[in-house]
Amino acid sequence: MHNIATLFRREFASYFATPLAFVFIVIFLLLTGVFAFYLGGFYDRGQADLMPFFNYHPWLYLFLIPALSMRLWAEERKSGTIELLMTLPVTLWQAVIGKFLAAWAFAGVALALTFPMWITVNYLGDPDNGTIAAAYIGSLLMAGGFLAIGACISAATRNQVIAFILTAVVCLFFFLLSGFGPVLNLFDGILPQTLIDAIASLSFLTHFGSIAKGVIDLRDLLYFGTLIIVWLMANAIVLDMKKAD
Amino acid sequence: MIEINNLTKRYGALTAVDDISFKVDPGTVLGFLGPNGAGKSTTMKMITGFLAPTSGSIRVCGHDVAQAPLAAKSCMGYLPEGAPSYAEMNVRAFLEFIADVRGLTNERRNSRLDDVITRLGLQGVLPQVIETLSKGFKRRVGLAQALLHDPPVLILDEPTDGLDPNQKHEVRTLINDMAQDKIIVISTHILEEVDAVCGRAIIIANGRILADDTPQKLAARAPSGRLDDVFRSITTSSAASGVAAHA
Repeated sequence: MHNIATLFRREFASYFATPLAFVFIVIFLLLTGVFAFYLGGFYDRGQADLMPFFNYHPWLYLFLIPALSMRLWAEERKSGTIELLMTLPVTLWQAVIGKFLAAWAFAGVALALTFPMWITVNYLGDPDNGTIAAAYIGSLLMAGGFLAIGACISAATRNQVIAFILTAVVCLFFFLLSGFGPVLNLFDGILPQTLIDAIASLSFLTHFGSIAKGVIDLRDLLYFGTLIIVWLMANAIVLDMKKAD
Repeated sequence: MIEINNLTKRYGALTAVDDISFKVDPGTVLGFLGPNGAGKSTTMKMITGFLAPTSGSIRVCGHDVAQAPLAAKSCMGYLPEGAPSYAEMNVRAFLEFIADVRGLTNERRNSRLDDVITRLGLQGVLPQVIETLSKGFKRRVGLAQALLHDPPVLILDEPTDGLDPNQKHEVRTLINDMAQDKIIVISTHILEEVDAVCGRAIIIANGRILADDTPQKLAARAPSGRLDDVFRSITTSSAASGVAAHA
């Protein structure tokens, strides 16, 4: 635990040592606002909820989260610090978990800073704050899923741009489009409905969507929990297999 | 104590380290000599537990590096080739991070930090971001990091590479000061350095040990009495014939 905490602190502080933290948070807040108010029609709907805000989170995360995760391991490889890290008395697992949690906590900070949206909707109307809290939890879990995938892919390369693009592509095809209505409709009548449902159940959209409606179902929690653990295990295996190059 | 038995590392068809064995006792400064690509760094990476050997075993301070990696890593300080460190951190934060990972606390943490900061003359650059330091200072930060927990075993991969003559002299003095009770393994291709700091030299080429002796005795093997001539004749003849003449 001690080592995880130490690695976590170093990694978390490193986001703030460069303009990355500032740029990320500003862009994130701007885009969530723009999407909610313009594309989501926050005012026009005339409803006191944050659905137009949360609906765009998966698509924002698609290109913002890889920007957070791409550096996690690729940078260590590029600068050679991976050799320093792996010869310190820490286990591979402590390093993987410490780094992941730091990135996740940072995403959590960015998400928490959207609180003016919540204040706004409470000022304008009388929303169901339980649903909003559930949606925040769902969004954080989804960010964790994106980050675990990104961390694993970052461990496989020393090039951050490659890590970014591969993460975005993997997330888009396997975890977003697989649950995106218009895409699933294409397969209607071609594939049996059970298969379509099975594919959709692999998607972030399906699980995030159900949590964001205000129902925290154990299955959705298990989905994100398992997904994060599996990708972090893959992360550790990738690191162990190709430490040197 | 470092004990290496039949250590081999293969990358596909390439054999980087080919069945080497040796022991190092406390109080020894061992110079690891060899041309580029001889297997010096690969051997050091295996001793420090960064790379897993293809076969063979390594024991450091009585701990098997493969079976008890954390115990072995705890008793070693390592300066990797090129002295990598977290570029965006400042020197103080970086050293404090290493102190925390090394499990140093309270009094000991402070006294060890003070000690390495004084020894390596880092007082003036503590608040500076590592990225902005000169090559010499970066190397010193790397050395400070390796010495921080006062380990009984130090593995230094080219500790003076890229330093100016004065800085080289300082690093050699530092190594000599610590030599009494520690095991220090340094790799280098600067032969004067071996004369200056090492009590024992191993010459390695193509992954094999070609000579293992004191620098004085090695030098005496050449008619000229110069270590360079011995180095050249040993390493080039092995490359030409492909046969290792084990000393």
